[in-house]
Amino acid sequence: MTAPGAREGASVAAGCHEGAPAVADPGERSVAAAGPREGSVTVAGPLPARPYDVTVVGAGVVGTALARELARHPRLRVALVEAQDDVGQGTSKANTAILHTGFDAVPGSLEARLVREGHRLLSAYAAEAGIPLEPVGALLVAWDEDQLAALPGLADKARRNAHDGVRPLDAAELYAREPHLGPGALGALHVPGESVICPWTTPLAYATQAVRHGVDLHLGCRVESVAGDGTGGDPQVLGTTRGPLHTRWLVNAAGLHADTLDRMRGHEDFTVTPRRGQLLVFDTFARDLVRHILLPVPTALGKGVLVAPTVHGNVLLGPTAEDLDDRTATGTTAEGLAGLREQGRRVLPALLQEEVTAVYAGLRAATEHDDYRITAHPGQAYVTVGGIRSTGLTASLAIAAHVRDLLADSGLDLGPARDLEPVRVPRLGRTSPRPCRVPERVAADPEYGVVVCPCEQVSRGEIRDALAATIPPRSLDGLRRRTRARAGRCQGDTCGAAVRELFEQARR
Amino acid sequence: MRARETDVLVVGAGPAGLAAAARLAALGAGHVEVLDGDQGAGGAPRHGAHRGYGTWPRVVTGPAYAHRLVAAAERAGAVVRTGVTALDWAGPLALETVGPLGVETVTARAVVLATGARERPRAARLIPGTRPAGIYTTGELQRAVHRFGQHIGARVVIVGAGGTACPRDATGARTARGVDDTTAAAYAEHAAVATVRASGATVVALVAGLPRARTGRAPVADPRPWPGVPLLTGATVTELLGHGRLSGVRVRHRDGRTAVLPCDTVVLTGDFVPDQALARRGGLALAAGTRCPAVDPALRTSRPGVFAAGALVRPTASAAAAARAGARAAHAVLAHLRDTP
Repeated sequence: MTAPGAREGASVAAGCHEGAPAVADPGERSVAAAGPREGSVTVAGPLPARPYDVTVVGAGVVGTALARELARHPRLRVALVEAQDDVGQGTSKANTAILHTGFDAVPGSLEARLVREGHRLLSAYAAEAGIPLEPVGALLVAWDEDQLAALPGLADKARRNAHDGVRPLDAAELYAREPHLGPGALGALHVPGESVICPWTTPLAYATQAVRHGVDLHLGCRVESVAGDGTGGDPQVLGTTRGPLHTRWLVNAAGLHADTLDRMRGHEDFTVTPRRGQLLVFDTFARDLVRHILLPVPTALGKGVLVAPTVHGNVLLGPTAEDLDDRTATGTTAEGLAGLREQGRRVLPALLQEEVTAVYAGLRAATEHDDYRITAHPGQAYVTVGGIRSTGLTASLAIAAHVRDLLADSGLDLGPARDLEPVRVPRLGRTSPRPCRVPERVAADPEYGVVVCPCEQVSRGEIRDALAATIPPRSLDGLRRRTRARAGRCQGDTCGAAVRELFEQARR
Repeated sequence: MRARETDVLVVGAGPAGLAAAARLAALGAGHVEVLDGDQGAGGAPRHGAHRGYGTWPRVVTGPAYAHRLVAAAERAGAVVRTGVTALDWAGPLALETVGPLGVETVTARAVVLATGARERPRAARLIPGTRPAGIYTTGELQRAVHRFGQHIGARVVIVGAGGTACPRDATGARTARGVDDTTAAAYAEHAAVATVRASGATVVALVAGLPRARTGRAPVADPRPWPGVPLLTGATVTELLGHGRLSGVRVRHRDGRTAVLPCDTVVLTGDFVPDQALARRGGLALAAGTRCPAVDPALRTSRPGVFAAGALVRPTASAAAAARAGARAAHAVLAHLRDTP
């Protein structure tokens, strides 16, 4: 393998991606290249021998956000290690892609506070980085008298969570807002501010920014053991599938595996019970059927499923909630999909006439506790960031700031802080025109005029850019998450072979 | 953005589009232009390496048939532009297009949609399981093998159109399977087997949901058309297995027995749907059930001046049938040009 990212980390001091184009926008790159020392991205080979100051285990949305936060402190030497071959490959890639307001969180909980702060921080960050975000608002739709009776309590909870815009709607107002809603809805609660966001480019932006500011990203690096405790000057030694890694401080952001890593450090504070959520994604032709995130009203009988638009112009139906033992059970089931369709038919009957463009299942890191499990163990130079459930995407930036403070309070000298150079990720949202539709882009670079994936109107130029980015994809699915190629209604029938050819050419 | 005008704009350089363009240009329709987003003209036959295209006695391979169609259209005076994608409508008879030379708005006096059909992919068939690599439709398989010479895998399970338990909707969104469907499905299975073999891989099994006796009049409807290919009739694929790469498929027989077939590649065949994205973007009326653009016998759509032909209108149409439909549409297009100055 000759990709720059495959170089052994120890030999790469700086500028290992010199000349590589920016994630999306050529032009940003020159600014960054002139600025901070860039970290390395490795996928194979031994890890650098020199100890890191801080190692974050897990490059999901939480781990990448934390790595980015620590990258503000240029004196720190930071590693981000990930078992899989890409960032955001676990829970972060398979969720409902909602930026929550936290209106229904447990008032006073850490989660409630971090979700509220995270919503504000990520909204601003998305605008800066070009992460697609649509503040569509949510409707909690009541389909029976019990659910209708539960709405005032939810409105009250929202107020206690400092969300003041929540307002009840009667049936007539509800159907005026959602004319395609199935018959029988009795009323709803309108929650402004609930938004949809791109769950893939968010961790990609964080990780790209972290690497461009000196963080080393080691992929394909599963942590199997931990020795030493970081005190008395001797660093901790992580035994990984790529050999030992030395670090003074350790942060556990291992998501579904956070309890396993926690036990390696001798803690039995929580157990992760993977909660599987199966989801169906419908063709973009379904997008006009729904204007808000349609949430179920949680009752004693369960939470129900939601119907939500996505920033990519699709409509999402799901998730199921199945408590499992197997942390790799990311398969869908016939029963799960049939159940979702049954419930979706009631909420939005016309949805079922549209083609399904993806079926997937994600695992949420549920624990026995009703809040995040973020704990500092100063004596071990170790912080656990566990139990980050479905709100992790929303809260990610606030969690990162919170953990940075915990590290500092525990004795880590962060050193001076700096502002980070902004990054821009590919604009994959339906509200941004694809480059092939912008005459100036095509005129400036004809590769943006060669449409490879017609369903999603993805050009060869965008695929080229993604393959040459700071953190390039290591699989066709990684390429899809960065460009939308093969993500449309034909799922690659038309373009799959051509996209694979471009991907393999870049790796040769 | 550049803007141009033409007399007839044909979208899709497959059999229907090329035949329509050839006939129109020959009959003096003026400037006739055919667009295709693909890098080559000819449509689906380009990737059908086996013989069986055209009409007897001039039966040839797919690429030869495609070449013949392109040559006929160009000889008649039509302009065939490949690598140019029709993105969206820019007016009732105008399309926004893009190619390496830039973004353009092309306004025509008549538009012929001939965007064809494709096989439904895994997600739309709602096949449960994980999402590993190694899942193809026949169309993608043919492009991978015949155009790019890609390695597709070593052990392949081919799934016939009835080999997945795709749920039908109460809304009647799916068509009932007729002789057309089963004939087209049998052709697709045949193409899949031939392509897998051409790639050097082994066909582990053909999972055919329908008993063979019901596969209509297809020439390949012989109960054992492929020596050495185990045929599982009355069975459906109920789950895809494997992380990263496909490791097997779970198959259920009608009597309830299940088994896992180890394989690294699956080809989903048949179950054709129209490529009607452009038609829908334009708000053209769709036929109930098939969701193809609704057309009258002269292949006029719901919008005056816009016509549709070929597999877009009848997804199971053979290449020859699509070409005949394209030629037929040409006459209605000419009448329209005559009546609208």
